[in-house]
Amino acid sequence: MDGPLPGLVLTWQLDGLSLLFGLVVLSISAVTTVYAIGHARHHHGFPGSGLLYLLFIGAMLAVVVAGDGFTFLLAWETMSLASFGLVLTDHRRAGVREAAWSYLVMTHTATAFIVAAFLLLARTSGSLAFADWSARAPAVDPVAASIIFVLGLVGFGTKAGMIPLHVWLPRAHPVAPSHVSALMSGVMIKLGIYGLVRLSFDWLAPGPAWWGALILGLGVTSAVLGVLYALMEHDLKRLLAYHSVENIGIILIGLGASIVARSLGAQAAMTLALVAALFHVVNHATFKALLFMGAGVIDSAVGTRDLERYGGLLRRMPITGLCFLVGSAAISALPPLNGFASEWLTLQSLLALGRASDDPLTALLPLLAGGALALTGALALACFVKAFGISFLALPRSPQATEAREAGRLELAAMATLAFACVALGFGAVPVVSFIGQLVPLAAVPTAGSALGLTTAGAGRLFVPGVALVLLALAVLAAIVPRLLGPVRSHIAETWACGITLQPIHEYTATAFAKPIRLMFRDIVRPVRDVGIVHRAGTRFVASVHYRSHIAPVFERYVYLAVKDRLVAAAHVVRRAQNGSLQLYLAYVFAAMLTALLLAR
Amino acid sequence: MSEILASVGLALAQLGILLVLAPGLNGLIKRMKAVLQGRKGPPLLQPYFDVLKLLRKDSVVSEHASAVFRWAPTLYAACFATAALLVPVFWSRAPLAGWGDAIALVGLFALARFALALAGLDTGSAFGGMGSSREVAVAALAEPALLLVLFAVAWRSGGTDLSTASAYLVSQAVAVVAPSQLLALAALVIVVIAETGRVPADNPDTHLELTMIHEGMLLEYSGRPLGILVWASHLKQIVLFSLITALFFPFGLASAPAEVPIAFGAFLLKLVALAFVMSLVESSSAKLRILRVPELLGAASALAMLALVAEVVIR
Repeated sequence: MDGPLPGLVLTWQLDGLSLLFGLVVLSISAVTTVYAIGHARHHHGFPGSGLLYLLFIGAMLAVVVAGDGFTFLLAWETMSLASFGLVLTDHRRAGVREAAWSYLVMTHTATAFIVAAFLLLARTSGSLAFADWSARAPAVDPVAASIIFVLGLVGFGTKAGMIPLHVWLPRAHPVAPSHVSALMSGVMIKLGIYGLVRLSFDWLAPGPAWWGALILGLGVTSAVLGVLYALMEHDLKRLLAYHSVENIGIILIGLGASIVARSLGAQAAMTLALVAALFHVVNHATFKALLFMGAGVIDSAVGTRDLERYGGLLRRMPITGLCFLVGSAAISALPPLNGFASEWLTLQSLLALGRASDDPLTALLPLLAGGALALTGALALACFVKAFGISFLALPRSPQATEAREAGRLELAAMATLAFACVALGFGAVPVVSFIGQLVPLAAVPTAGSALGLTTAGAGRLFVPGVALVLLALAVLAAIVPRLLGPVRSHIAETWACGITLQPIHEYTATAFAKPIRLMFRDIVRPVRDVGIVHRAGTRFVASVHYRSHIAPVFERYVYLAVKDRLVAAAHVVRRAQNGSLQLYLAYVFAAMLTALLLAR
Repeated sequence: MSEILASVGLALAQLGILLVLAPGLNGLIKRMKAVLQGRKGPPLLQPYFDVLKLLRKDSVVSEHASAVFRWAPTLYAACFATAALLVPVFWSRAPLAGWGDAIALVGLFALARFALALAGLDTGSAFGGMGSSREVAVAALAEPALLLVLFAVAWRSGGTDLSTASAYLVSQAVAVVAPSQLLALAALVIVVIAETGRVPADNPDTHLELTMIHEGMLLEYSGRPLGILVWASHLKQIVLFSLITALFFPFGLASAPAEVPIAFGAFLLKLVALAFVMSLVESSSAKLRILRVPELLGAASALAMLALVAEVVIR
């Protein structure tokens, strides 16, 4: 290894990709900090440790500007440990410590894989500097490159929350304070994406198509399963955490498509897909941070994260409600907001990839992934109709919801800023996309910006402000034209509830709302329900009925518990070698030394 | 300048004609169904009378409803009105071509659904919640099928622009009977049945709580807002029918002012033919149980996938 010992000098680099992710880190953490200060004013001080919070932000920034493997890992570990500490903020509450532990275990396993990938990269290039890795990337043996790629995919994919490595995410994100959840979901998991982009486009030479196909497949799985699990949740923050899994899936679809396109030599499709993925990184950061802050505001106003105890909050918290509505529409990929613009680009890139490949299989797979993306979008819409409708509309479902008060000014300002960003990034999709195209060196931007609208190499075009303008004009017309028929009045009356006075208990619940989807996808989500009927002693009269419905934790049960059981079994086997006898241990030492001597001969 | 005026004029003309025809199309389907079932049926113009009557009546609004309930009909109508401008109906280039494509059309439909599903929940009525819940579930399955159909068409014509797609089909007239085209058409017809709330996915003629989807969300509306919603639903139906004609039977589209009368006549003929198909389907099938609807839409997705396979493999 040339140069000083690693760790003596920390090196940094700032290129377009670092700049893009750095901007996301800085802008979102600026907003969440304003939110946290606002929260501190009304409640008992700054939530959690301020020092850890700042360390967390600093470490995330250091990750994206690190210039060598050692610096990167130092920053990465600081980020993980600081966020672990932040997740533990409410460590006295039930379940928080377990969630934090599962996060710690998962994140360290991930780091182990990243370390392995880095060591292999350092071995083949003879240096830890990123610049050397990319310079010597073509020299890496293809098999070694594939091993490095898979190791990196597991490591960075765990941080990103990709299925099946996502299990820590829906546990750890909800229990952290909301400004931290917003940062973790909005920004930190994106750094896993940052690592994947660096790995596949910078540190390694163009790989075989299966790399991209693997990421594409994992992306589709994460997107569809993530949104299905989100629909099954009625804990608002867990619901949002599962949506992070879904959105990481959408980003991975774009990334995978661009890697496939790169291996096929389809330059235009590659650029389009990569820009779509990076654009979605930015967009998801804005609306997810917004939604988590909204969830935090509601949580402190009502005192619970259970959707079934909300209701009617729009009247009590109108500005929070409006911001949450904008975030919900953006994450559901509705025009004219930013989520729609990036999903549009992703779909276009899938179509472009399908058209660019000659092999029927590689042509079909991206097109079918487009169908999966449409399914994801429609399910996300269902989920956010549920999340917004059950929380903010109709009657309060609990006394606490009746008492809810609007959040403080700083919290509202933070949310309004991001709601505005959702609109601005949608309307300004063209300049933003060209900006991303310029930042990422690969982007020759044949795609990204015509003067008029987003356009692709094909004949698809989108001009978001134009569509929005027409929509607005026609909405005005729809509001005005009927008035020409003369004035009408609207009378206020009760909601029809079949002749009885409407009570909160008559309202549709979040669980009931998701029931058709739960039944339609029952083979995937595996709903379990227990109904118990207690009869009055000695009669057939029913005294009470209890009903519980939940989702079988498929991944935890069949993947993680299975692995854990094997590990424990293996540990039992290994224990036989350790019987506590000093002589035996000396024999081990002797045998080890002998082996070492023989090998080093 | 004159170009802009021309496209604004085209946009207003197209929207106006679709708005005027929309209730009539519904009346026509009702009448055809009645005749097929041996009934006399309501007059052809009945939907016009209904909409006009509703637009003049006072409305009753729930005390629990918020601004969402008040503004949803306006947004719902605006979405379909905008979508109506994305499809080439009788002029070969849609008024908003270049500003929005097939995916924008899907997005606008989703926005309308979002607005109405929230409005369904807003009054606290269980009927509304049930309607919303079913609507979003059915749409979740219809949307992938619709997108796959659009991808199959776009894959051939080169992009997601609807005007380009129909122009391509006109230039390659033989392709109308291509296997992929027929499969995609079948898939799209199923999607349109589900999206317009027709038998066997939903029943447009009932308020029976066990079956209704679309009507459930509208149950708390009355008077003028209901009139707007009903008219907008008619508009949605005619936009979807125009989508079928634009993607699969785009013949006779005008590209010069002199051809407009022929194009208009051709459009009317296509609508009547599609209305006949819909009334046949509705008269010959029974409403499916709500949990059987996924099978129908799954079939649509499968057909659309087969269309893609046929398109990609048999170039």
